[in-house]
Amino acid sequence: MPRAARPRVATPRRVRLLVATRKGLWTLTSDASRRAWKLSSPIFLGHIVHHAVLDPRDGKTLLAAARTGHLGPTVFRSLDNGRTWKEAATPPAFAPDSGRVVDHTFWLTPGHASQPGVWYAGTSPQGLFRSDDGGATWKGVDGFNAHPQRKAWCGGDQDGTPDGPKMHSVIVDPRDPAHMYVAMSSGGVFESVDAGADWKPLNQGVAALFLPMPDPEYGHDPHCVRLSSNPDRLYQQNHCGIYRLDRPATRWVRIGDNMPKSVGDIGLPMVTHPYDAESAWVFPMDGTDVWPRTSPGGKPAAYRTRDGGKTWKRQADGMPTSQGWWTVKRQAMSVDRFTIAGVYFGTTSGEVWGSRDEGRNWKCLAQHLPEIYAVEASA
Amino acid sequence: MQTFNVAIPTQLRSYTQGAARIKAVVDAESPRLRDVFAALDARFPGIRFRMIDEAGKVRPHVQVFVGMSVQRDPDALLKPGDEIMIVGALSGG
Repeated sequence: MPRAARPRVATPRRVRLLVATRKGLWTLTSDASRRAWKLSSPIFLGHIVHHAVLDPRDGKTLLAAARTGHLGPTVFRSLDNGRTWKEAATPPAFAPDSGRVVDHTFWLTPGHASQPGVWYAGTSPQGLFRSDDGGATWKGVDGFNAHPQRKAWCGGDQDGTPDGPKMHSVIVDPRDPAHMYVAMSSGGVFESVDAGADWKPLNQGVAALFLPMPDPEYGHDPHCVRLSSNPDRLYQQNHCGIYRLDRPATRWVRIGDNMPKSVGDIGLPMVTHPYDAESAWVFPMDGTDVWPRTSPGGKPAAYRTRDGGKTWKRQADGMPTSQGWWTVKRQAMSVDRFTIAGVYFGTTSGEVWGSRDEGRNWKCLAQHLPEIYAVEASA
Repeated sequence: MQTFNVAIPTQLRSYTQGAARIKAVVDAESPRLRDVFAALDARFPGIRFRMIDEAGKVRPHVQVFVGMSVQRDPDALLKPGDEIMIVGALSGG
């Protein structure tokens, strides 16, 4: 895929990181220099916040998916950039007669640019929900939640991640609001071309070493799927490797085989460059033995490709060179929209790290926070 | 019409503007626990779903007492004067 010239884009005036944690939501803000960062006071202190996202269509609506240790799941909304918050009148919930109960809303995705007010939410256990009014009310997407194959796709609770099986990576094609992807742990990647009325598995070529069949149609464990700046190119960090898919092809290519063998290609997050479809970052973790899910060898590093996964470069300048046993969760890595992109991640040990030069140099932006679940960079 | 005193735990007082005790007015000949939850939700929108899931069950880490007894069945009948206490069950972390 030839590399396109990077477009001329307006430089954002500031960057705000929405840092969702097991004990609340924080923001980190900087001006365009991205050198000095200011940490906010906690928002929703004590709430388990799985994801917080700004609506890029209006630049002021914020949604946060939250629950507490005692109370059920909900979605909080701010229409004024976080100054005030209200709870959704009807948060995501399965049909009463479905026999299923939403444990938490895990993933939030703003809808297509042509559909202001539309949002999607992925839940644990796996469910897809849609709001048409900016997150005030939510309805199940029956084309998925009531799909006759849904149970087979998702498996049972034992097939999910330790804190519950999840739907994540809800992606809307910027060219077509009816074209969507979702990913599930477990279940795999699924595609809809009719606004969610029907879904088909999209997992060819992806390993599933925990299943007995050699190339199953579904049942995979994608950890994070991202659409690149070229909407025909998808990247995936899976439980079993790193992959790329160039549509209309339907067979994923394992680009993680090009990672250093001593590091491997297991990890949770993956992010892409805002203007360069050849560029992406991962944050490898140890997937050997009993799966420590920490930085291999205690030496944390991001790895970046600039050629669609043919080669990878280690990026760790500024990070600990030893005894850094970090875990970065699947939603806890993000990229801003500067031409020279800033890359950010949060650790389960409560540190936020950032790079203002596409990963060449890293700096700790905040520490002593609770376990970080998600980091989202926004203007 | 019957009125029941309901003790609200700290976790839910953002809905009750900080009130620790609420009088729930129930319009039912044979009031049940779920009528009290409905009365609370009518007055404090959203509070019910934080305690009761979409299948109608009390959430795992919420506990409900009627008088001195645990009562997790929303269909349980109430007697006049029953005191209802909602608590955040013990759960660590």
